[in-house]
Amino acid sequence: MSDITLGTAVAAAPEAAPRTAPLSQIGLMGWMRANLFSSWINTAVTLVLLYFVVRWAIGFVEWGILNAVWSVPNNQTQACRDLKGAGACWAVITEKHRFILFGTYPYEEHWRPALVCLLFVALYVVSAMRRFWRKELVLVWLATLTVIGVLMWGGVFGLSYVPQERWGGLPITLILATFGLAFAFPLAILVALGRRSRLPAIKALCVLYVELIRGVPLISLLFMASVMFPLFLPEGMNIDKLLRAQIAIILFAGAYLAEVVRGGLQALPKGQYEAADALGLSYWQKTGFIILPQALRLVIPPLVNTFIGFFKDTSLVLIIGIFDLLTAGKTAIIEPAWQGFGVEVYLTVGAIYFVFCFAMSKYSQGLEAELNRHRVR
Amino acid sequence: MSQTTMDPRLLRAPPKRKLRLSWADERVRGLVWQVLVIGVVGAVFYWLWSNTVHNLEVRRIATGFGFLNREAGLPIGESLIEYSPTDTYLRALLVGLLNTLKIALVGIVLATVLGTLVGIARLSRNWLLSKIAGVYVEVIRDLPLLLQLLFWYAIMQSLPGPRQSLNPVEGVFLSNRGLKLPWLEWQDAHTYAVLAFVAGAVGTWAWARRATQLRLQDGKPRPVWPVALGLLLALPLAVWLAFGAPWTVDWPALRGFNFRGGLTMTPEYFALLAGLVLYTAGFIAEIVRAGILAVPHGQWEAAQALGLRPGAVLKRIVLPQALRVIIPPMTSQYLNITKNSSLAVAIGYQDIVSIANTTLNQTGQAIEGIAIIMLVYLTISLSISFFMNWYNSRIALVER
Amino acid sequence: MSDTLVMEPGESVASAVRADAPPAILMDRVNKWFGALHVLRDVTLSVATGERVVVCGPSGSGKSTLIRCINRLEQHQEGRILVDNMELSDDVRALDAIRREVGMVFQSFNLFPHLTILENCTLAPIWVRRMPKAQAEELAMDYLRRVRIPEQAKKYPGQLSGGQQQRVAIARALCMKPKIMLFDEPTSALDPEMIKEVLDTMVTLAEDGMTMICVTHEMGFARQVADRVVFMDRGEIVEQGAPAEMFENPKTDRLRLFLSQILRGH
Repeated sequence: MSDITLGTAVAAAPEAAPRTAPLSQIGLMGWMRANLFSSWINTAVTLVLLYFVVRWAIGFVEWGILNAVWSVPNNQTQACRDLKGAGACWAVITEKHRFILFGTYPYEEHWRPALVCLLFVALYVVSAMRRFWRKELVLVWLATLTVIGVLMWGGVFGLSYVPQERWGGLPITLILATFGLAFAFPLAILVALGRRSRLPAIKALCVLYVELIRGVPLISLLFMASVMFPLFLPEGMNIDKLLRAQIAIILFAGAYLAEVVRGGLQALPKGQYEAADALGLSYWQKTGFIILPQALRLVIPPLVNTFIGFFKDTSLVLIIGIFDLLTAGKTAIIEPAWQGFGVEVYLTVGAIYFVFCFAMSKYSQGLEAELNRHRVR
Repeated sequence: MSQTTMDPRLLRAPPKRKLRLSWADERVRGLVWQVLVIGVVGAVFYWLWSNTVHNLEVRRIATGFGFLNREAGLPIGESLIEYSPTDTYLRALLVGLLNTLKIALVGIVLATVLGTLVGIARLSRNWLLSKIAGVYVEVIRDLPLLLQLLFWYAIMQSLPGPRQSLNPVEGVFLSNRGLKLPWLEWQDAHTYAVLAFVAGAVGTWAWARRATQLRLQDGKPRPVWPVALGLLLALPLAVWLAFGAPWTVDWPALRGFNFRGGLTMTPEYFALLAGLVLYTAGFIAEIVRAGILAVPHGQWEAAQALGLRPGAVLKRIVLPQALRVIIPPMTSQYLNITKNSSLAVAIGYQDIVSIANTTLNQTGQAIEGIAIIMLVYLTISLSISFFMNWYNSRIALVER
Repeated sequence: MSDTLVMEPGESVASAVRADAPPAILMDRVNKWFGALHVLRDVTLSVATGERVVVCGPSGSGKSTLIRCINRLEQHQEGRILVDNMELSDDVRALDAIRREVGMVFQSFNLFPHLTILENCTLAPIWVRRMPKAQAEELAMDYLRRVRIPEQAKKYPGQLSGGQQQRVAIARALCMKPKIMLFDEPTSALDPEMIKEVLDTMVTLAEDGMTMICVTHEMGFARQVADRVVFMDRGEIVEQGAPAEMFENPKTDRLRLFLSQILRGH
């Protein structure tokens, strides 16, 4: 075709100016029409829902704020009981919040578990930011976990020694979840690699481990830890309860994380494996330099989701008598003065769990969206 | 080409590779690795086992399953079969197993229904509905299940006593002793009516199949609904009338400190059911939503462009594809409900874990007790896994 | 019915327009908005029975939206659309009747992956036109033969190449014996070596006198087959006419710009 010159000499065909859409289509009116009132059924549903939402919102504000009792003097809970359920007794939180958060840790030393909780949060935040995804991150983890151990136990640097039996509350939940993840992750990688191995004995071992653990509830593993582990060890050797529960959680997490990692290994295109082989890399070089970095990146969203699950599952240690956040909450309302105010305590404890889990959930969703954006060209 | 002799090049088997005893041979390496790993694992297990045997001896703990025949002395609050504390441990464990199944099966049905509704609601065009469903799913999934169970149990316990129970509808009473519903006094006529209903369901299904067959043959659609109406409604009704139409309702009545009669749901069962169903429904909602979204919109358009009505599009094109994506994670959730029912021990509902726990505390035989728990759950999980793998291989989309 | 599919280059398909019949499609001042975006502006188009129309234009010009409005996969907000003398509105029965007479082929094929090729083709005749199954299968095999893949009848879409899948999609639409066929960029998702087989199939269809509206970038196909080429830009029809006229003597700047962009390298 010959050269086309956009000649200024020839007038361009006049373009009809775009008209604005009919009023009922755009803006707030248009949005409401399309999403809330688009048909008779839709309108009816909207009205019914609005009614209930408003009613419950008013009821909650009345119960939780207007009629609530915020503090009582000296464990005299009669004021709370007189409410007879018409208002919330937030006094239980005002009185017991230290106990719920830190358990029976010595009162003057509460700054230590508080600092530990902040360190955990900082660790999560740093690990979440992509620019820190380098090998040095492992060192950061090791250093932070050591500092946390020192802070909790004490005995050095002028800190008084606090035995493990007195630890409780939020730090225990964070310790169980984080140390669980830290140790279960390498275990999961090994098991996932083993499951894809061509050596039948190793593959069988890994399959057995994963299917066994995934087939039983976490409670049975915790029972096993609390009741059976002492039998497994020679006389005189004693592991305390928290460590036993930690081991059970690590074994449990390892199996589920192994399945997630295995998914990543399978999703990686075969060409990557073949290219690495063609270059002459050994098995461990190939796995360490090429396969794992890519496979792990692929499965970060499901990994985070699995971690959210563990974070919540640490609450099960209530059943074997370890003092985590939920156990502390439950114990707070055992004494007769505070009996019956479970709803307020569980709402507060729930809010704490929710903050952690919701943040992680949003992070995982955002990460997934970002990774998909890069992949879809 | 001669038919009696084949090309000799096709007759040779591939040569066997000889095993060179050297580290360079990858098969030798593989063997050595496996022997090493098995050796280490075996050694560790042997060490643990020998410690256990020694400790059991020292503490004079009995071994073996003989205790199953001993008298249990365990009071059990609710049971589907006849039980008294003078029965054996075996019977007590059986009661526990039935209690577990009672929660798991009812929970699965209710959670599926609720979860599907919430999942569909999340996809609704109504912004308010989809947002509310979204908030529900997000909150439920971010709170530990145990916390939710304790919460519901606390609510049940803060309900007033039987004398001041809540009475929302005639005959329904909610108190801190549980939920009481009016129940039908079950008689033979009802059994026969139910059997007639089942027979009617089979008949309706058979007629629906026949109607489809006939339609494929000559193109004329045959209505199914009149037959369904007759067999599912009229037939059981007729059977019931034929037996004299008995209809006595057992109303719960307040006698002294508690209610008599009617159907009872203990606060433990109610709290456990509410917690499990609401929790799992949140996950099922996400699964259903993902399944429906997984069907590309182009499938809807192509089917509609061919002239199919929305109902037919759903039935023949969208649902078959959506179910392929939904069913594997759904069975995983069913498994989770069954495993999560073990949390019953925290609120006092006596399922298999709770009873096995008490048993092992009383007899001191921890290993056997925990082994029983694990065996029960492993059997359930492996059978569900097995079914799922079979189902997956059957319906997998055929590709190059 | 012709069985040969190979045309000499430069040869055009004879016109099959029936001037005596009412227009197959009539669009009168159709306007459509996506939210606040005005995507179809006062579009007026009339397609005669037996006419073959090719719609072209830059991306975002509204050409796909135009043909998707014809079988109401998109709804127009202003103006009238008449298909086979039936008006497109909220009336469900009219819509069903219209969709029976209009066949559509999509860019991404949209075959049903869980059904065999044969089942894909017999689904609508059985459940919409109420044909007996045996008759529908015979019809489907007939069309599969015409698109030259009868041996794939028992396979699943996932086992076929892109070009084969698109030919099945054409056969599937034809099994409903539509009066009008709509093509929404049928070859845009295909590898170059498969485009020819699909275009050849469409040429045969044109030879058989089917009323066709085709959104495509394949100008060679337009020259060979189209009675009329419609050029759209930014939601309105800018120019239309016989293909030779349009390609050799574009009257507007916008068409000139468009032609320079797509014919570069030819």
